Amino acid sequence: MKMHLDEKIWLALSFGIMMIFMLITGYQAVAEGMAPPSNIQTIDSQKVDQTAPFDKPGIKQIGDHEYEVVMTLQVFSFNPGNIEVPAGSTVHFILTSKDVVHGFEIAETNANAMVTPGYISRVTQKFDKPGSYLVLCNEYCGAGHQMMSTTITVK
Amino acid sequence: METAINQTFKTKATKLLGVNKEDAKISKTYLFVSFVILLVGGFLGLAQGLNRAGLLELPSWLNYYQVLTMHGVFMLLAFTTFFTFGYLYAGLSHELGGLLPKVRKFVWTAFASKIIGAVLVVIPILMNEASVMYTFYPPLKAHPMFYIGLVFFAVGMWLCNVGAFIQVANWRKNNKGKHVPIFSYFATGINVLMFFALIPVAIEVLYLIPWSLGWVKTVNVMVSRTLFWAFGHTLVNIWYLTATSAWYVIAPKLIGGRRWSDTLTRVVIIALVIMNITGGFHHQIIDPGISLPVKMMHVFMSLAIGFPSLMTAWAMFAVFEKTARKQGGKGLIGWYKKMPWGDVRFLALFISMASFAPAGAGGIAQTTNQLDTVVHNTMWIVGHFHLTLGVTVALAFFGISYWLVPYISGRVLTPQINKLGVIQTWIWTIGMIFMSGAMHTVGLFGSPRRTSFTTYGDHATALGWNPYMMAMAVGGTLLIIGVILQVYAVINMMFFAPRGETEFPIAEAEENASPTPYWTERWGLWIVVMLLVVAMAYVVPLTEFIVNAPPGSPGFKTW
Repeated sequence: MKMHLDEKIWLALSFGIMMIFMLITGYQAVAEGMAPPSNIQTIDSQKVDQTAPFDKPGIKQIGDHEYEVVMTLQVFSFNPGNIEVPAGSTVHFILTSKDVVHGFEIAETNANAMVTPGYISRVTQKFDKPGSYLVLCNEYCGAGHQMMSTTITVK
Repeated sequence: METAINQTFKTKATKLLGVNKEDAKISKTYLFVSFVILLVGGFLGLAQGLNRAGLLELPSWLNYYQVLTMHGVFMLLAFTTFFTFGYLYAGLSHELGGLLPKVRKFVWTAFASKIIGAVLVVIPILMNEASVMYTFYPPLKAHPMFYIGLVFFAVGMWLCNVGAFIQVANWRKNNKGKHVPIFSYFATGINVLMFFALIPVAIEVLYLIPWSLGWVKTVNVMVSRTLFWAFGHTLVNIWYLTATSAWYVIAPKLIGGRRWSDTLTRVVIIALVIMNITGGFHHQIIDPGISLPVKMMHVFMSLAIGFPSLMTAWAMFAVFEKTARKQGGKGLIGWYKKMPWGDVRFLALFISMASFAPAGAGGIAQTTNQLDTVVHNTMWIVGHFHLTLGVTVALAFFGISYWLVPYISGRVLTPQINKLGVIQTWIWTIGMIFMSGAMHTVGLFGSPRRTSFTTYGDHATALGWNPYMMAMAVGGTLLIIGVILQVYAVINMMFFAPRGETEFPIAEAEENASPTPYWTERWGLWIVVMLLVVAMAYVVPLTEFIVNAPPGSPGFKTW
């Protein structure tokens, strides 16, 4: 198979671009902590209310400007809702679903995770700017999916 | 001498017989159904777009999520499947000297199976018993009829695959040592990929049936998601590969040129078949229960699929430039003036191809895990697949229809319909630029997909998304005009256009081509390699999901 020089250059560039993509993605995930939420922890989705820590959903301060939110997702709500944290806080979300697959997205941030029944998802987000952040379910979960939202108020 | 006579006889015979009548009936039926589905699916899409923009309130007996489920199933599964087989079987018949009677039986049985399947799927959706989307993620539990319908539909697809295998195998037996002609080679690749991609989803659906009937109490959610995406993403790539076949095989002929390197073409097909099924996993980048190393391996495997497409990009533009220069085109980019822009068959294919540059780039971007976290399940994704499927695939199919429909109907493409087609192509393109552009942008801001009109209690963030929803509605309105024009053109070319001969435009191999190595014909080997790649990708996570499974989920009907 004969190949023109410019075709070889194109293919080498294409291959190079893919490799660079892979290297940067891999480097950022491993070295800079930009890995996708990949928590591996299971739970009985029918006994969420009786299983710690989800028997007591809520927000808890665990350090200086550091909070932990234990949250359950169910049709069509987040529990707890309407959380408030001071600006500059880092919040660790521990999430699980009591019924179907839900999504956990904080609009205008990079926090985004699937919350599937039987598994516990973990997401960490730092809130620097004060304001009202919209939290919404981004996985279709039923007739009231468009109403499933809450807010995080950063003061 | 003898061969010369033989050849003249053959050409004359083809001219005399034109398209095989019985085979034409197959393709005609498939294409007719395909475009009827496009019409219905188009109106469903419009209803969604207008609702999402807050312009249209849908009635309670046909709510947003029913419409959305139907739009997805119609466009992704039905329109595409019927078109693809109508197209592929027309090509197989043309290139391999008519379909075998046995194969025709397969294709007709497949047709019946798919129609039964489609009806069984649509009834529960209309009854609001299956608003589970095209992805039907458990533990959303649809009516059993929905899953049973899917089985019938899948069996129909399989029968078509097997029919194509029989046809090609028969040709190979009678033409030992020869390369399968290029169109049929594409058909082989497409069918191989589809045959294997259907296996995981078939397994999923088969265990969802007893669950939806209540015989089994719970279901493994993560295994279901994984099996679905092994199929779901491969499916869209199958339609992409079908579009690609027209770029490589048909487009050069339409501009009066020859194909690009035969070897490279076949290598691209093999690469896409081998690497594709593993691509589905990138839909689960932010799922829990999967370790980071497994996710990274999948990100890399998904990115690798970009490479054959970059090879394609080169090959296409090289053919255009070469042909245009031969016809007197000059300058660095001035040669483009020599392209037949007024020919809808070419124009639609060209835009289909050109749109894959941003579509593919967006795909590569969202495959990397960091960017996926930003756009996962937002409108960005919807914008992405309306660019890939809605433009790259749909416009390729539309472009094909302007010669395929006349070809199988024994009619011709009139200048009027050609003009209509050119207008249709531009309306479609502009509509999609509006819609997909708005979707991409608003998705970056976080607007979620698969969500009916909402302002989230008039939250400022959500209110900021509304102007983009309007742009989507404008795009959607243009698109429905496009759909109507396209369906009108197809009906005209099928039943009313003047009778005549239309050619099946398969381009010849390039001049002084070096012979294609025979290893490209070793499908047995490529299938083994494909299965090894699939095993590498899926054995570890699936084992993990099954061995360390949480207690299963009961079904929910939350709509």
